Parts: sequence; structure tokens; C-alpha cells
Amino acid sequence: MAQSKGRFGMHGGQYIPETLMNAVNELEEAYEHYKNDPTFHRELTALLNDYAGRPSLLYYAEKMTKELGGAKIYLKREDLNHTGAHKINNVLGQALLAKKMGKTRLIAETGAGQHGVATATAAALMGMECVIFMGEEDTIRQALNVYRMRLLGAEVIPVTSGTRTLKDAVNEAMKEWTNRIDDTHYCLGSVMGPHPFPTIVRDFQAVISKEIKAQMLEKEGRLPDAVIACVGGGSNAIGSFYHFIDDKEVKLIGCEAAGRGVDTFETAATVAVGSPGIFHGMKSYFCQDKFGQIAPVYSISAGLDYPGVGPEHAYLHDIGRADYVPITDEEAVNAFEYLSRTEGIIPAIESSHAIAYAIKTAGQMEKDKIIVVTVSGRGDKDCAAIARYTGEDQHD
Amino acid sequence: MIKIADAFKNGKAFVAFITCGDPDLATTAEIIKEISRNGADLIELGIPFSDPTAEGPVIQSANMRALAGGVTTDKIFAMVREVRKQVKTPMVFMTYANVVFSYGAESFISQCAAMDIGGLILPDIPFEEKDEFDGVCKQYGLDLVSLIAPTSKQRIAMIAKEAQGFIYIVSSLGVTGVRDSITTDIDAIVQTIRDNTDTPCAVGFGISTPEQAKKFAAKADGVIVGSAIVRLAEQYGKDAPQKIGTYVKSMKDAIR
Repeated sequence: MAQSKGRFGMHGGQYIPETLMNAVNELEEAYEHYKNDPTFHRELTALLNDYAGRPSLLYYAEKMTKELGGAKIYLKREDLNHTGAHKINNVLGQALLAKKMGKTRLIAETGAGQHGVATATAAALMGMECVIFMGEEDTIRQALNVYRMRLLGAEVIPVTSGTRTLKDAVNEAMKEWTNRIDDTHYCLGSVMGPHPFPTIVRDFQAVISKEIKAQMLEKEGRLPDAVIACVGGGSNAIGSFYHFIDDKEVKLIGCEAAGRGVDTFETAATVAVGSPGIFHGMKSYFCQDKFGQIAPVYSISAGLDYPGVGPEHAYLHDIGRADYVPITDEEAVNAFEYLSRTEGIIPAIESSHAIAYAIKTAGQMEKDKIIVVTVSGRGDKDCAAIARYTGEDQHD
Repeated sequence: MIKIADAFKNGKAFVAFITCGDPDLATTAEIIKEISRNGADLIELGIPFSDPTAEGPVIQSANMRALAGGVTTDKIFAMVREVRKQVKTPMVFMTYANVVFSYGAESFISQCAAMDIGGLILPDIPFEEKDEFDGVCKQYGLDLVSLIAPTSKQRIAMIAKEAQGFIYIVSSLGVTGVRDSITTDIDAIVQTIRDNTDTPCAVGFGISTPEQAKKFAAKADGVIVGSAIVRLAEQYGKDAPQKIGTYVKSMKDAIR
């Protein structure tokens, strides 16, 4: 009798070619061993604190709070991490694990380039070979990150198949892994893919909610009323939610990329418009047609421009523990500008989706309510693209 | 019912793969007839998927061309139902889990049974996930084909023991596509399979020439060829059926 592993309700599993099964089994075995190994934890904590700059700040956005006139807004500043996003939390964990498994080469997919930069960074630090797959379209949208990855010693392979975005980069990274397994670890960047990746990535990102909880108790003496984060595959969101899942009074809100709107085809809001499917190693919700062909999704944000969502998010949606809301390009761009202007913090366009939801709702909440918004990354990489976006609007 | 097992009753089996709808379904129907007429023992009909992660560039682009041409699962079913009236060669569908899952496994598989499709090959369904589809396949008399890879090692026995129809031996790491050389120790894999089951096994991934076919047919119960055929479809379009027929004959002759 076959046994399916890594389930979150009906979601998750290991839908991958036989060629990869021993590799994911070895990874699971190694992870199960090292996650309880004090030396591993000590080494990882040292890397997170001394190299990546953790813990990240929990910042009270006073000006924003006053302007919006409602709930008290705290920003979890993952943008202040080394390499500029939450991605480094997971990458340092996986790279350390890979190294202990005797792997000498890291491969990864990247959308916005943040995960690629983080992986290239860890590879440089740990003396590992590194190859990053990035949709050709994204290499254009995020040209600066391509340069950063190359500067860090990684090879960047532009992916020219399909929609030439994150989905296709995952396809090619998976293919490369089936081609070369012995010395290679696939450093998956989100809480997706086959088991054990959704669990491993979640555990490495859970440091975000662990810190939020401690910082919030210290600053306010109580838990927040809501935690808000953007969701593509969903790694910063699950990291922000994880230690609050059992605290039922804390609302968990994931902000999906609606692109030009959930009533258009140019959207990437999977929970809003998707249906159950099997893709990229997992069962979850996907944007697809009625014959199961994966839809060519769209978002201004390369990091959220993905037709699926991590299986644990699909499950949290199914059981009603988390809410997933769509945020359009326009709302995200407005939030990008708003936070820059109001707090002097330039958020990543991905994170701007979470900021946008806070802007929409904070004013309607009572003043004694507290919300935490995770700023998953910084927006330097997006400045050129947003300038182009707003410039085009002016011509319309 | 026409079963996969029938394909392995007449000596070494030649398994031919094509992507349905490349260049169009009318041509696919003609290709199926030519493949059958020229001695293929089993025809593997690929239902295109938007993101075929087990495929190399040749079959991947065939998938893209077919989908761009408007092919759907229902249109493929209609074409196969028609062709089935003339072609009695065993056939299986090869596609990705999501194509079957989204259609509804029961609806998909029951229609397969009605058109005498002997089984399914789903490269993204490993042993651990097979029950979800295997149960329905068994209910309707289809075989869910198991795959064994160069990396399977200690998993071979476990997979072989529950294998139905035939075992698809993936000759090489990586994706489908023509290869100059195959370095995996196929003999060792076949031996482990034989120690655990009577289910026949065929070798695929990278085989394109009659010499390779002969070599690997000698090691197993058959050989599977995909990319080399799909490349002919790409090259000759509507004129591909005869070219593919000639090619299939040369391959079948090589393994007789």
C-alpha cells in the first residue's frame, strides 16, 4: 500500500517523477535528523543573527497609523534582512542542510530575483556552486537582481519556455534537478513543491512569526488582532502566520496579486480564481482552465506572478483559518508610493500588496486594534519598473 | 477489451509515442493508423499539458503547438473513439496528473475504458501517490503504468511488486529526448524487476536509432520511442504519417 506524505488536508503530497523520489526522501530524512540537532540550530541561529541581521525590527508606523486613523499598524521589517528580503531565512537553512548532506551545488528558481539573490549569497558564503533559473520576462523586469546574482558568482539561466516567468523557472529548475541529483540540492524558494519542501520552508520562515509574537508581547503586552502578508507561493505569509495559527483571536490575512483584477484573465490571485489541481509536485489551488491546463497568470509583481499557492495556505483557506484577499496592481503601486512617502520605507512591490490591504482596512478598525503587516522585502529593485508603470499611466 | 498485456505477447514490443494534436488531430489519427500498420505493439498517446516537466524540448514544443492549435482532452477523446473503429493495436494515454485530476479521474478513466484504452502513464505520479488514480483504473480495467528510474535503487522491488500492464524503465536522468549514449545499468534494473514480478518492462528516454532499439530490446521486453517520432511530426507536419510509418517499421524490424 502506497503512502502519501506531507498532507495539509487534501493538499500537498509528492507529485513528482520517480527520478526525484529518492532525492526528496533523502532530504526529508536529513531534515528530520537536523531539525532536532542542537549543533545545526546553533549554526543556523548564528548565521541568521550575525550574517542576516536577525531579529528583524517590529516597527510602529506611527505616521501611517495616524493618517489612516484606525488600527495601530506595526511593520515587520523583513526588508532589513541581509539581501533585502525574507528569502534569506529559508535559504540559509536549506544551504546549511544541503552542505551537511554533502551537496556542493545549489540550484533555484526565482521570480523577482530575491530568492535567487539569497541563494547566490548563501552559495558564495558556503563555497557552493550555484545556478539560478529565472524567466526571461523577469530578467528584464528585475535586471538589477540578475546582475547581483552574477556578481555573487551564480550562473543565471534565462528561461524562454511558456510565459517566461516564475512558473517556467520552477519547471526548468525541477528538470535540472532530475538531470543532476547527486551533488545538487534544489533550494526551493517558497512553501510549495513536493513534500518535504512546504514544511521545511515553512519551518525556516516561521522565525518571522516567532519574533513578531515576542516583540508584540514586549511592546504591547498582547497579541495583534491581525497579521497581514502578501502571498505568491506564500513563504513570507506562512512564516508570518505560523506561530499564530493556534491563536484563534489573531486574524490571518494573505494578500494575493490580482493583477488587473480578478474579473480579468490578467490575474494571479489563485485562491480567488483558482481550483484544486496537481502541479509542481503538490496538490493545491491553481489558476487553470477546465481541462487542467495551467493559466498564463499576470501580476506587476514578478514574485507573486505564480499560478499556484502553497498547500498549507490552501488548507488554511479550506478550514477558514486564514483569509485570502486580492489586491490589484494599481492598489499595490499606490501602496508602494504611500509607504515611501509616509514612512520613508520603500517596500518591495510584492510586500506592497500587503501594505495596500492595511491602507484599505486600518481606517475602518477601532483605534485599540493592532495589526502587523509584514514588509517581506525592500523595493529598490522595483523602482525602475514602477517608474515605468506610473509613467505609462500618465500617457493614458 | 484490448489490454497492455496484449502488446507483449508477440516477442519484443515496440512502443511508439506521439503528441495528440501536433500538427492537428486529423493528422494524429492518420499517424496512429500508420504506426499501427507498420508494426508498433503499443501506441502511447500524449495528451498535451501546458507545463510538461518530464519532457525535453522536442516533446515540450509539440505540447505547446498542439495546445496553441486548440486541442483539448474532449477533442482527443473524440478522435480516439473514431480511430478505435479501425485500429486494434493496444493504446495508452500519457499525460500529467492534473489533466486527469481536473477532468475528474472517474470520468476520465471510465471514458478511456469505453474507448479501449489499456492504461495510463502519468510521470508525475510516483508510487506513493498512485492509489488516488490506481483505484479508479482498477475499477475500470485500466493499468496505471509504473515508472522506474536510474535513481530508483532500493525502490525497484517495491514498485515492481505492484506494477500492472508494463513497467516503464526510464533509461537516463533528466527529461525525454534523443541521446547519443545511455550509461545506466539497465541489465541490473531489469534483473531486480524480474526477481519481483512477471509484469513486462520496456526501456524509454533517449532511444532513437534501430541500433539502440535492438540493444535495449535485448535487455528488456520492449523499447519506447517518443522524441524521434515527435520530431518527424514537427518536421513533416501533415505529411508526417508516412514518414513516421516508415520509421516505425525500421525500428520494429530492428527488434524482431
